[in-house]
Amino acid sequence: MNAIVDTPEALIRLADITKVYGSGPAAFQALRGVDLSVQAGEFVAVMGPSGSGKSTVMNILGCLDTPTAGSYQFQGVHVETMDRNQRALLRRHFLGFVFQGFNLLGRTSALENVELPLLYRGEPVARRHAAARAALAQVGLDGWEDHTPAELSGGQQQRVAIARAIVTNPAVLLADEPTGNLDSQRSREIMELLTELNRQRGITILMVTHEPEMAAYAHRQVHFVDGRVDRDSRTPVAEATP
Amino acid sequence: MIWNTFLLALREIRRNLLRSFLTILGIVIGVAAVITMVTLGNGATRSISDQVSSLGSNLLMVRPGQRIGPGGSAGAPMFKVADVQAIAAQVSGVKAVAPETRKAVSVVVGARNWSSVATGSTRDYFTAAGWTLTGGRIFTEAEERGGKAVCVIGATLQRELFGGGDPLGESMRVADFSCQVIGVLAAKGQSAFGSDQDDTIVMPIRTVQRRLTGDQDVRTLLVSANDSNATDAVKARVETLLRERRKIGANEDDNFNVLDTKQIAQTLSSTTRIMTTLLGAVAAVSLLVGGIGIMNIMLVSVTERTREIGIRLAIGALEHEVLLQFLIEAVVLSSLGGLIGVALATGASIGLSSLMSIPYLFDPAINLLSFGISALIGVVFGFFPARRAARLDPIDALRHE
Repeated sequence: MNAIVDTPEALIRLADITKVYGSGPAAFQALRGVDLSVQAGEFVAVMGPSGSGKSTVMNILGCLDTPTAGSYQFQGVHVETMDRNQRALLRRHFLGFVFQGFNLLGRTSALENVELPLLYRGEPVARRHAAARAALAQVGLDGWEDHTPAELSGGQQQRVAIARAIVTNPAVLLADEPTGNLDSQRSREIMELLTELNRQRGITILMVTHEPEMAAYAHRQVHFVDGRVDRDSRTPVAEATP
Repeated sequence: MIWNTFLLALREIRRNLLRSFLTILGIVIGVAAVITMVTLGNGATRSISDQVSSLGSNLLMVRPGQRIGPGGSAGAPMFKVADVQAIAAQVSGVKAVAPETRKAVSVVVGARNWSSVATGSTRDYFTAAGWTLTGGRIFTEAEERGGKAVCVIGATLQRELFGGGDPLGESMRVADFSCQVIGVLAAKGQSAFGSDQDDTIVMPIRTVQRRLTGDQDVRTLLVSANDSNATDAVKARVETLLRERRKIGANEDDNFNVLDTKQIAQTLSSTTRIMTTLLGAVAAVSLLVGGIGIMNIMLVSVTERTREIGIRLAIGALEHEVLLQFLIEAVVLSSLGGLIGVALATGASIGLSSLMSIPYLFDPAINLLSFGISALIGVVFGFFPARRAARLDPIDALRHE
């Protein structure tokens, strides 16, 4: 584990991260000194009971939130000093998000949903269409391009969300309980899809989950307890990264 | 990006068609009201100035008495034909000067009869009062000098007494003498004061004096100036001359008054302009109210779409991009309202102006201005909700139910 922390080319490196919400006597310390390094190509499951700080750490990793203290380097660049817009640009170019509640735009076709990140990147319309179609095909939604979220099943909606997250070829995919709203069959399908993306495209995946069955798909499980990393273990899975 | 945001805004509007329509209704009504009021006001002003100028171009009307109106001429001596000749000979800048003496008469042709007014004047009357003929001729100098019973009739008489047929050469009975029709005047329509200008019979002044009024008096002098800028100078010279001729002392008031048609036109049209401005201002208030409606709906929309904003922010939308999106949405909404308002105003103005029988004058300035203001309202009232959207915290926004 120490070897990983010290590797200079770590994709993500958190050092002594703390996060305090509120101030004074009502202050709540969500993170109490988190050290975590992630190499490119890893598939990491972040686990822990609610209130353990796993969501907070995901928000910080996703550049949606800033730590109170500590340093966060993304590809060697310090993120903790970035302003709101710089972090937005970092999300735009390097990160993809998958949420528990899918978070697709309602009354908007699957294709348009997947195109959205490319829109903000200013891609021309033809490239947007092609990339969005390719991403939908990759998640197995060929022919569903024109359906709105309301016309899709939960599993399909999460596939659209994954397509939206990978359409920009992000360095990291952050998934916050991606199977939380799905039955076990759909959950397994989604996990297989994520595994495939990790293996075939080398996308680094950070996934929050509290289901050990889902965490088992990852190569590494990081357990949080009381705002600290409690356990950092690796599963010697058969289909580990080559 | 802007084009995409624009398309996005259109889609958002289409998605909530009824709500969007209700939102812009205030703007639609405001813009339509402002444009309609101003357009109708302009039409009314034009129609009044047209009517006044139909009295004659650059015309001065000189009447005995200190003030205009009934009883105003009491005690003041009437003019004589000699006054006309004096003005013509001594005042420079005068195009035509004509006496006018009038008498209400009943006119009979066959079985038809009509009450009209006989105007006695000279050949210069037609120039001074701005009359043209549609047929026949005006009376000759010989007829004028001899006080012959010849008359030039207005379009109303032609219609009422001759059924619109050709009256030239026909005789008609005016009061107690017979008069030959030698010309027909081109129609002028209603005067600024609401009377029918075409209900008139013009004959040599001597004829009217001898056969109808029985005196040598001239009720009114019509003086037409050469140039519209010279009316004030001509007016001053006419006043000086008449004071001299009427032997008014230096410290005595005039016992006649000079009315300038240009002045009447200006007074009347400035009155209409004030009315137009007032009505326009009232309408502008409804535009403002419409803007507040837009702000209200945009605030609702931001709250309703908090999660969507969270998604956009999470995938990397910048603050100003979200701001722009909502701002463009507000501007597209309000401009759409402006466009519909302009269309509605065009329809209403055309309809109402024909109903009020005033000319429809398309005023590009007010149309552009109202449309511009409606778009501006979108910017102003859309900014606050848009900024609120742009400043949302992505985590909170994503968590929002």
